[in-house]
Formats: sequence, structure tokens, C-alpha cells
Amino acid sequence: MDFFVPRSWADALAAKAEHPAAVPLAGGTDVMVELNFDRLRPDALLDLSRVEELQDWGHDNGALRVGAGVSYTRVIDELGKLVPALAMASRTVGSPQIRNRGTVGGNLGSASPAGDAHPPLLATGASVEVASVRGSRVVPVEEFFTGPKRHVLEPDELIYAFVVRPAAGPQQFSKVGTRNAMVIAVASFALALDPEKRSVGTGIGSAAPTPLRAKPAEEFLEGELASGALWDAPRPLPERLVAHFSELVASAASPIDDVRGTAAYRRRALAVMARRALGWAWSEYQRS
Amino acid sequence: MRLQFTVNSRLCEADDVWEGESLLFVLRERLGLWGAKNACEQGECGSCSVVLDGVLVCACLVGAGQAAGREIVTVEGLSDDDGLDPVQEAFLEAGAVQCGFCTPGLVVATHELLRRHPSPTDAEVREALAGNLCRCTGYEQILDAVRLAASAGPARRAE
Ligand SMILES: Cc1cc2nc3c(=O)[nH]c(=O)nc-3n(C[C@H](O)[C@H](O)[C@H](O)COP(=O)(O)OP(=O)(O)OC[C@H]3O[C@@H](n4cnc5c(N)ncnc54)[C@H](O)[C@@H]3O)c2cc1C
Ligand code: FES
Ligand code: FES
Repeated sequence: MDFFVPRSWADALAAKAEHPAAVPLAGGTDVMVELNFDRLRPDALLDLSRVEELQDWGHDNGALRVGAGVSYTRVIDELGKLVPALAMASRTVGSPQIRNRGTVGGNLGSASPAGDAHPPLLATGASVEVASVRGSRVVPVEEFFTGPKRHVLEPDELIYAFVVRPAAGPQQFSKVGTRNAMVIAVASFALALDPEKRSVGTGIGSAAPTPLRAKPAEEFLEGELASGALWDAPRPLPERLVAHFSELVASAASPIDDVRGTAAYRRRALAVMARRALGWAWSEYQRS
Repeated sequence: MRLQFTVNSRLCEADDVWEGESLLFVLRERLGLWGAKNACEQGECGSCSVVLDGVLVCACLVGAGQAAGREIVTVEGLSDDDGLDPVQEAFLEAGAVQCGFCTPGLVVATHELLRRHPSPTDAEVREALAGNLCRCTGYEQILDAVRLAASAGPARRAE
């Protein structure tokens, strides 16, 4: 096995182009488990933890660009106000030790339907910037996942960053699991309200082959908020509106029965999380 | 691979390291530092907790090559000839050690918590130690030990 240690982004891309089968290693919280348990024996590992460019975040034309190597701990400590739903989700990941090492780029790279970063990235309309020696491209998060643990990366491509509009309004994330720490989501849900664009974003996790948006729910709520002039005069939302929104979220999912929960339970949990997330987000908007 | 690390302020070298090897394996099997325990090798139990460049990590999930050239503090680095670290004293005093398998990880995690938050609330302690499992004590004595260590003043060592 080879162990490549590029020190710059250009070197990382060159190494990946030359050794497309090399497995990128960021925080290692997914890859090392596979190695320790003999489930992965790649020809080479490509250590990205010393690539400075991946550890940076900054603003770019009003958007926020966060390097793939930024850990959950840093998302929580440094980006809580800019990407509140992602910060909430990051707080639920594993344990302090896991959050100190695990990265959003690694979560995208693993592309698990249960990855906790994914619903917030979907709800906030984020994009993934990927690159190779051939050039770079920007993939909307909702087009990034192609199946369970599968994504659109070509063999010579690496994830550089995600790009997102800083929060313009309330965001929420909620996750159901068997206890509070160290839990893979049985189902999860993220919501982002954008009063400037007058738009609603959603993201569902662990309830379909890939993370996904509940577009009918988004459109329904956008329509109701517009027709009721609720953005300008935020009254309490009618119960029937909230109920219908949560039903639309639940029906957008296509969950399965597995060891962590049944499909029926996941649908039910999604409806409850959607109702609560909307309640919390809307009261925050009313107060603002 | 041949790799160098600074472990507990000493420069160490390990030879013939396999490229897919973990930092935990290097510490235990190549450097003879058995303080960090190997229980799950999947980040679930925290018994392998060490501090890597000032950050609490599971050594089983760090690639050996990723730790090369970096500074590692293991439980062995907390005590010295003058005696135990206040956190270790507190664990003994509070009866927070039964079989002891989880203890090194919990001591390192507690030490790291108190370095950042000298007087943590109970909620902060529970959150900070959520990645460290103990199958013996039921955790109450561990919480007592953390409170005791916090009241005994800031841990002696900065790292
Ligand atoms: C005990 C434990 C608890 C966990 N709890 C949670 C949880 O609550 N929620 C959750 O979502 N996840 C959880 N995980 C899974 C894991 O921590 C996350 O998926 C994390 O985001 C992975 O990031 P990493 O940097 O450690 O990735 P790595 O393990 O380094 O890499 C993961 C994958 O991404 C690829 N990759 C990494 N960086 C790049 C890049 N820049 N370009 C292209 N490919 C790349 C790797 O090749 C690999 O396929 C847990 C894991 C453990 C061990
Ligand atoms: S052995 Fe590393 S967390 Fe269990
Ligand atoms: S004392 Fe035995 S596991 Fe904690």
C-alpha cells in the first residue's frame, strides 16, 4: 500500500490523477474503521489532512465557502451563525472525539443516506465544489448523491469545499435515534426559511436511498406564506397548514425497514420532526 | 514507512509501519505505550483517547501517517516522577475506577475538558465525556471524580 501526503491542493489533485484508486483520507472516522476491520485494502491512501486549502473557510461574493477538511467542531465553534442548521446537525455527530476529526467533506465522500450534514446542506441549497487536474465544477447537493454511499465524483476528482448562502432566516435540524450521543440517525430533517428570497428549504436524511429534499412540501409552504402575506405579517401558522406541510414531508421519503427502524416509524418520525421544526423556526421568525 | 512523532514530549521513531495502520497500533505495539486501550477500533468507546496537537481524538481512527511529525499526549504523559495528575488522583479518590479499562481514556478526556473549561457544569461534563464508555461504574463516581478534579484547581499540565 502507498501513503501519499500532499501538502497543497495542486499536489493532491496531481496525486489523485496519477493514482485514481487511491482512497482519500480526511478525518479518518469512516475510512479507518474500514481499514481496522479489514473491509478496505486499497492500493493507496491519499492523506488530505495536511492540505492547508481544505482547512480554510471564507466569504466569496456573498456566499460562504467552507473547505472539505473543516471539522464538525469547527463548524460548531466558528460557523454557528452562518450555517445554523449544519451547526445543529454537527452537534449531534458522534462524540467530541469524532467531531474533532470528522469533516463535512468526509461526510459527503461517504455519501451515507444517514449522513447528518446532508439534510442541512440540502435545505440551505448548498453546492459541492469538486475538482480534478482537468478543472473544477460545482454540483448542487441535491444532484451530488446517486445512491446509497454513491456520489457523482469521477475517479480523479476530489471534494474541495461546499458553498452556501449564509443564513438569512431561521434554520432547524432534528434527528431521531436511540440515545443522545453517538447515534446514527433513524431519520432526520432540516428546515431553512429564507425571508429575503421568500423561500423554504428542506432536507430529509435516513429515509430514502439518498438524502433528499421534500420539494412538494417546500412549494406548498412557500405558496401559503405568500398568499397569506405571512412573511410580512407573521401570525401564528394555522394548524391545518402545519399538518399538511408535515404530511408532505413524510410522503416525500421512501424509507425501508432495517435494524434501526421500520419504514412506518420513519415516516411518522419525519412528520413529527417537520411539524416541530416548522413550529420552532416560525416562532423564531415571529420574534425577529 | 518509518515515522517520527513527539509522544509525551519525547521524540519517538517507529519503523516498518504499515500504511493502513492506526496511531493506536503504533502507540501500543511499536512504542510500548499500553495506556491507551484497544477495545472497539471503531471510535465508539473512547478507551483509546489521546491528545493530538492539542485536540482530543480516538487514536484508533487516526492514520499513523497522519500523526507523523505531530505532538501526541497519552495518559502516560500526565503523570511524572512527582506523582499522579490531579485528575488521576480524583479518579482514585472518588472510586471512579473499577476494572480500569476505560480509565485512561476518561482521564485523558477529563484532563482535556478541564484544560478548556476549568469549572464545567454537569451538562458540559456529560457532553464532553459522551464518547467514553464505562461498563462498570455506572458513571456516577466518574462524574464525582470530574467535579473533584475541577474543585482541586486547574490541571497542572497545559497539554
Ligand atoms: C463512532 C462514530 C460515530 C459517528 N457518528 C456519526 C453521526 O452521528 N453522524 C454522521 O453523519 N456520521 C457519523 N459518523 C461517520 C463519520 O464520522 C462521518 O461520516 C464523517 O463526516 C466522516 O468524515 P471524515 O473526515 O472522518 O472522513 P474520512 O473517513 O476521512 O473519509 C470518508 C469518505 O470520504 C472520502 N473523502 C474524504 N475527504 C474527501 C475529499 N476531500 N474528496 C473526496 N473524497 C473524500 C474518503 O475517501 C472516504 O470515502 C460516525 C463515525 C464514528 C466512527
Ligand atoms: S478503541 Fe478507539 S474508540 Fe474504541
Ligand atoms: S471501570 Fe471498567 S469499564 Fe469503566
